[in-house]
Amino acid sequence: MSAQSERELEQALRRNANEDSERSAAAAARRLSARIAAEGLADVSYAPVDSPFGTLLAATTKRGVVRVAFPEEDPDAVLERLASRLSPRVIEAPAPLEPVRRELDEYFAGRRHAFELPLDWTLIGPFAQRVLHATAAIPYGSVLTYGEVAAEAGSPRGSRAAGNALGSNPIPIVIPCHRVLRTGGALGGYGGGLQRKRYLLELEGALPAGLPAT
Amino acid sequence: MSDALPPFQRFLDEHRDPVWRFLVSTVGPAEAEDCFQETFIAALRAYPRLRADARRHNLRAWVLTIAHRKSLDEHRARARRAAPVEDVAAVGAPGGRRRRAETTDAGRDADAGAWRDDALWSAVERLPDRQRSAVVLRYVADLPHREIAAAIGCSEQAARRSLHEGLSKLRKVVSV
Repeated sequence: MSAQSERELEQALRRNANEDSERSAAAAARRLSARIAAEGLADVSYAPVDSPFGTLLAATTKRGVVRVAFPEEDPDAVLERLASRLSPRVIEAPAPLEPVRRELDEYFAGRRHAFELPLDWTLIGPFAQRVLHATAAIPYGSVLTYGEVAAEAGSPRGSRAAGNALGSNPIPIVIPCHRVLRTGGALGGYGGGLQRKRYLLELEGALPAGLPAT
Repeated sequence: MSDALPPFQRFLDEHRDPVWRFLVSTVGPAEAEDCFQETFIAALRAYPRLRADARRHNLRAWVLTIAHRKSLDEHRARARRAAPVEDVAAVGAPGGRRRRAETTDAGRDADAGAWRDDALWSAVERLPDRQRSAVVLRYVADLPHREIAAAIGCSEQAARRSLHEGLSKLRKVVSV
């Protein structure tokens, strides 16, 4: 067997690795992800969701929505954290996120005033759960102060701690931490940036448009 | 994040190409889809229990081990389906081979080349299990000998031997 025919054989074998096979592999992987989601084999499903803020990343477990990430959050870091905190069985699949996409669309179009999505509170610590439960109860278009939310959560003096809990809200927009302001009406803080907090409050009619709130 | 398992989606994205190429080459394009799904679903089930030492370097060899076993299952099932008088046509010509020839015809290869490749891949499918996997892991999935050995569950020396024997048989086909 000559060295040349040996090379020809190896080249013929390697020819199977080509662009066609990459496309086929990608398509097979997409069908697989969809099947995994449909058969309930994933512990966490995620998908990009369009919004006026850009592309959000939304993730859900079998319990409910567990994470909504803003566009500037690094998706790899978000997914790694979900993998280590919840389960590494994390799959990209649009179908399980369809209700989230629909309710967010309706909300941003002004047609939805309350989310009906089930939530998964696993990522949220006990104190933050009390704060965010109180926050989730603030009606559309209304606001509370950090102190009021802290009081609702059972810690009347815990407005700073409440602010921290709100700042680390893993499910913003759906849990409306944007409805919590500083005493006196100043916007306070927002994990997604103050412009977005103002945008959401204006959308809900809780803030007169163009008010130079600080 | 040294020891943490990557999200399964990333694991799938990183390893889908070698697994797909391995399966297309060992079981043929028609059966590759089912074997691919079975491989990664088996991987998904076992994934959270993967030990830290297995995680660190060898997720690729691990998933190719599963793909290797699925391809053996497929070949055994094929042998059972085949008529008692098992001839070359029964083993080497599932519908998928023709499909491969058609797609290469439509693509970049000349007719003669496509025909030759077809004969080559039928010959690959007819190799004994370990030789087939060794050849495909080396030249299609581009694995080093150490990982080939890990994937098919033998010593590195045995993997080299299987690879050598497999290539010798294939040479006879392509030199015709």
